[in-house]
Amino acid sequence: MINEEANTAVENKPETQEYFINMGPQHPSTHGVLRLMLTLDGEIIKKVEPHLGFIHRSIEKMCEKDSYQQIVHLTDRMDYLSCHMNNEAVCLCVEQGLQLEIPERVKVIRTIISELTRLSSHQLWWGVMGMDLGAITTFLYGFRDREMITDIFEETCGARLTMNYNVPGGLMFDIHPNFQKRTKDFITYFKKKLPEYDDLLSNNVIFTERTKGIGMLSKEDAISYGVTGPSGRASGFSCDVRKHFPYSAYDRVDFREIIYTEGDCYARYRARIDEMHESMKIIEQLIDNIPEGDYKAKTKAVIKLPEGEYYQRVETARGELGVYVVSDNKKSPYRLKFRSPGFSNLSALNIMAKGDKIADLVATMSTLDLVIPDIDR
Amino acid sequence: MGLKKYISDIFYGVKSLITGMKVTGHYFVRPKEIITQQYPENRESLKMFDRFRGEVVLIHDENNMHKCTGCSACELACPNGSIEIISDKVIDPETGKSTKVIDKFVYHLSMCTFCNLCILSCPTDAIKMAQNFEHSVFDRSELTKVLNKPGSKIMPGIR
Ligand code: SF4
Ligand code: SF4
Repeated sequence: MINEEANTAVENKPETQEYFINMGPQHPSTHGVLRLMLTLDGEIIKKVEPHLGFIHRSIEKMCEKDSYQQIVHLTDRMDYLSCHMNNEAVCLCVEQGLQLEIPERVKVIRTIISELTRLSSHQLWWGVMGMDLGAITTFLYGFRDREMITDIFEETCGARLTMNYNVPGGLMFDIHPNFQKRTKDFITYFKKKLPEYDDLLSNNVIFTERTKGIGMLSKEDAISYGVTGPSGRASGFSCDVRKHFPYSAYDRVDFREIIYTEGDCYARYRARIDEMHESMKIIEQLIDNIPEGDYKAKTKAVIKLPEGEYYQRVETARGELGVYVVSDNKKSPYRLKFRSPGFSNLSALNIMAKGDKIADLVATMSTLDLVIPDIDR
Repeated sequence: MGLKKYISDIFYGVKSLITGMKVTGHYFVRPKEIITQQYPENRESLKMFDRFRGEVVLIHDENNMHKCTGCSACELACPNGSIEIISDKVIDPETGKSTKVIDKFVYHLSMCTFCNLCILSCPTDAIKMAQNFEHSVFDRSELTKVLNKPGSKIMPGIR
């Protein structure tokens, strides 16, 4: 009897079972309070289910009681690494509703600061990406260069991260007298330092082994999930708002839209590194040609948008941010909706990570460059 | 073929690691080109940027006079209720008219998002942003401040 049981156990293959584990909400490489429910078969990922809501602050609802000037500062708290672009999106939307003519000076300054914000965001992403894959060094190097940009922001805008430098109609103050010199100094400095990024990480054999062919996203999937920004462009989806729907001063600058067709982690990585080169090119074209003029168009103290619906999109460091305002001619919007890039990019995580190992999920998430408050709002 | 690729991969790998080490080595032997910074302990000599937004303060001159009329424009401009203006009506002994003066300018530093809207909205430029950046305290009640100093008065001529 006992022997018989032992024999059947040997004959049948050992049974495997799918199981769940939680990644997050407190996990160093989810970069915030994101909870991922992973369905695993051994170490292979079968399914990734993101659970949101841990940092929901109902920003959209708060906007319904705030005046248009006050809404701007709330958008700092969505994607804090591209706060200037978020501010700009709201301001452009309000200006579109008021049909306000914006001084040329404002457009150029907004563009320069947007590109600086994009640079600083990508520097931080580069540092953190290295750290996620086990290289602490890159974190320190990325922050070293980012520090110069935050100093520029601190001097001109008054804050290092949540700057709130835009107001509907223009800017809060004029640029600081040192702004141009500091920015030019930074560009000369960073031109020399950017090759270091390649030496340290891009060509590193451990890094390339862990990113090439990992987290594949096809162009069709990128389009159907609405993956925008460098992540979408690395799959061959031409989606740069700055090129297709130019706003501010992007119509007069010459830059390349970075497109890669591989759609793996390494392509997304390269797309961002190349974007840093392009951002510097844009800044160089504009920094010496800031037109004279006012830094703010005249607006009423209480802004009321005419009844109707307004939509404005901008390209943040993570992708396309859309602001949709429904106005009923009151001093706050009837409804305001943000189409945030992080939310759509995260939705594609399941198909990107399927079939990879758990450790690859960390690399995939890193190259998506998620900012959790942007996803939850 | 397989062996050749195997060996060239090893060489490529070692080379890429050495390239990276060269960068870190460069900074290792040149400690002057620092990567990290010390925390600014030199609080007396430290010069912050003028526009840096540390906290809202009410400007007082040497005679303990301020410019706040108690008009509440800043309270209305604030998106999150960080400012409360508690004002009084006093009868001017000379003209007999009643005027508004502030009793307390309450500022909740713990709720402030440093958006600068209150400063922009003040018609008399009575408030400004101070540059101090160390706000930690042991009890959160200490973060609720009364900005007008005891015994302070409004500057003459400000209406
Ligand atoms: S800075 Fe902004 S949040 Fe702070 S008190 Fe002024 S208006 Fe309110
Ligand atoms: S600080 Fe300025 S805006 Fe605020 S109540 Fe006083 S005068 Fe009015």
